[in-house]
Amino acid sequence: MTVAENKPLTREVYRMVLKGDVSAFTAPGQFLNLKLEGRFLRRPISLCDLGEDSAAIIYKVVGQGTAQMAAMQPGEKLDVLTGLGNGYDLADAGEAPLLIGGGVGVPPMYLLAKRLRAQGKAVHALLGFNKASEIFYEEEFRALGCTVTIATADGSYGVRGFVTDALPKSYSYYYCCGPEPMLRAVYKTAKGSGQLSFEKRMGCGFGACMGCSCKTITGYKRICKEGPVLRKEEIAWED
Amino acid sequence: MGRLSVDLCGITLDNPVIPASGTFGYGYEFAGLYDINCLGTFSFKGTTRHPRFGNPTPRIAEAPAGMLNSVGLQNPGVEKVISEELPKLKKCFRKPVMANVSGFSVEDYAYTCALLDKEEQVGWLEVNVSCPNVHGGGMSFGTDPKAAAQVVRAVKAVTKKPVILKLTPNVTDIVSVALACQEAGADGLSLINTLLGMRLDLRTRKPILANTMGGLSGPAVFPVALRMVYQVAGAVSIPVVGMGGVSSAADVIEMMLAGAAAVEVGAANLTDPFACKKIIDDLPAEMDKYGIERLSDIIGGGHAWEKT
Ligand SMILES: Cc1cc2nc3c(=O)[nH]c(=O)nc-3n(C[C@H](O)[C@H](O)[C@H](O)COP(=O)(O)OP(=O)(O)OC[C@H]3O[C@@H](n4cnc5c(N)ncnc54)[C@H](O)[C@@H]3O)c2cc1C
Ligand SMILES: Cc1cc2nc3c(=O)[nH]c(=O)nc-3n(C[C@H](O)[C@H](O)[C@H](O)COP(=O)(O)O)c2cc1C
Ligand code: FES
Repeated sequence: MTVAENKPLTREVYRMVLKGDVSAFTAPGQFLNLKLEGRFLRRPISLCDLGEDSAAIIYKVVGQGTAQMAAMQPGEKLDVLTGLGNGYDLADAGEAPLLIGGGVGVPPMYLLAKRLRAQGKAVHALLGFNKASEIFYEEEFRALGCTVTIATADGSYGVRGFVTDALPKSYSYYYCCGPEPMLRAVYKTAKGSGQLSFEKRMGCGFGACMGCSCKTITGYKRICKEGPVLRKEEIAWED
Repeated sequence: MGRLSVDLCGITLDNPVIPASGTFGYGYEFAGLYDINCLGTFSFKGTTRHPRFGNPTPRIAEAPAGMLNSVGLQNPGVEKVISEELPKLKKCFRKPVMANVSGFSVEDYAYTCALLDKEEQVGWLEVNVSCPNVHGGGMSFGTDPKAAAQVVRAVKAVTKKPVILKLTPNVTDIVSVALACQEAGADGLSLINTLLGMRLDLRTRKPILANTMGGLSGPAVFPVALRMVYQVAGAVSIPVVGMGGVSSAADVIEMMLAGAAAVEVGAANLTDPFACKKIIDDLPAEMDKYGIERLSDIIGGGHAWEKT
């Protein structure tokens, strides 16, 4: 694929648009896996938005690979595996789904919100960040017609605290993506049923190496293949 | 017999390229991407007597030009492999497959091999006495020539299929283990399994792998693997399957010159699912570059200079 755009959204978070064949994507919550020059393993990044021949991703610079990505210029080529993972099942959403995203768990919620809005659902986006300067995509969710609630851990914007401190009273179903402590908190606190997306270190990203396995109520699953999205009912926390 | 074909323990391979155990599952993830019948064969995921979940995650860490894994032999157990995986495989792969077997006791190895011996599609038994990721088994058999020979004898007693012992590089003298296996009746040897390694997370100051240590593989290990294949092939008379860091047609040729009768490709499949297909497609042109008519002519060719 070819880098079409690559711009910072905040100090550490970038948005990249890749042009190329995106026909393998079937659902929001899926991911792609990027090969970077000089890095042996690919880097898994969630799909944030999908065009006819383009995919947008949002990533945070946390190490060498993502730093390299941040330095890429439009026109550069990337070897990308697309359409990976199961993605979210929209069938369970109900009429007023709650979408909970934390940090770089926010991006996959965008395409999900877009799809659910296209179905006429009343979408509530609950987005958690550390502080005001790290917030991104608030306006983009509003532009889709979502109700948006922002929570910041330091209280510098929106509700002070974590997403679990800002859960709305009523919603039909929830979808969640974020760091594992947030997933655990949402799993415990949020009422009703939902789907949560998990992260694991990956060797391949397409089901070959068993590097990303986790135990669930319904058996062993590969986060890259039968995940990254698990239903609340099947999650078995490992400790 | 084509230019690429080789013999491995009496079975002809259309080409010497074999995806290595643990990097190709039971085949069908890849069968969805390309026709896996283009492969020489492949070695399926390490199979044990009982089902195993394996080690806790993280199981994967990156390394310069390679990776560490501590998967720990996750597999559904030999019974399920036979009742579920092999019937599925049969639909997408028509060649003999290499069955990779691991165990925690000599009896385990014999039990698992005896069941796989009855499976028509199994061409070879690749007996892994070299897994660095399990405690109280695996590698401990491969670091002691006597224990390795015991496994060979136990397995040979329950099967007529060729038995290939997969050796660990985590020893000071791999040749002595190789010779002990040959003496005990092994039909072939394969090497290398992964090299024990570890990484620390600078932020948490803890190991990245939940299992603390894991096995290093990928291009980083190629020279070590080549050296060991060269040493072992120079010392034994049974076929040697070379592996460790192979990622191109040129690497395959180099391994064969070092003495490999066939070549396995591991980690490369994980970063490029089409790696083996590309290597096979590239082989003829790469052979032309070096004036190689038939691949089988060059096995061990890298030893000829010693006699001059
Ligand atoms: C399914 C999935 C979706 C993801 N989606 C996003 C996203 O949309 N936006 C985003 O910013 N990040 C996302 N991540 C996390 C992202 O993959 C890592 O931040 C990234 O791989 C770090 O690479 P690095 O080279 O900068 O870090 P390094 O620490 O240098 O990487 C070293 C190795 O560790 C792996 N690694 C490090 N952190 C993680 C992590 N958190 N999860 C998995 N592997 C990791 C790397 O892939 C690499 O193999 C996702 C992870 C997964 C598994
Ligand atoms: C993720 C992973 C899982 C592996 N699992 C097995 C296994 O189950 N049995 C086995 O004999 N070797 C296993 N191996 C070792 C490989 O088969 C091979 O010996 C080793 O990786 C060296 O080759 P490479 O450098 O081409 O990867 C595994 C390797 C990796 C990377
Ligand atoms: S990352 Fe290889 S199986 Fe999931």
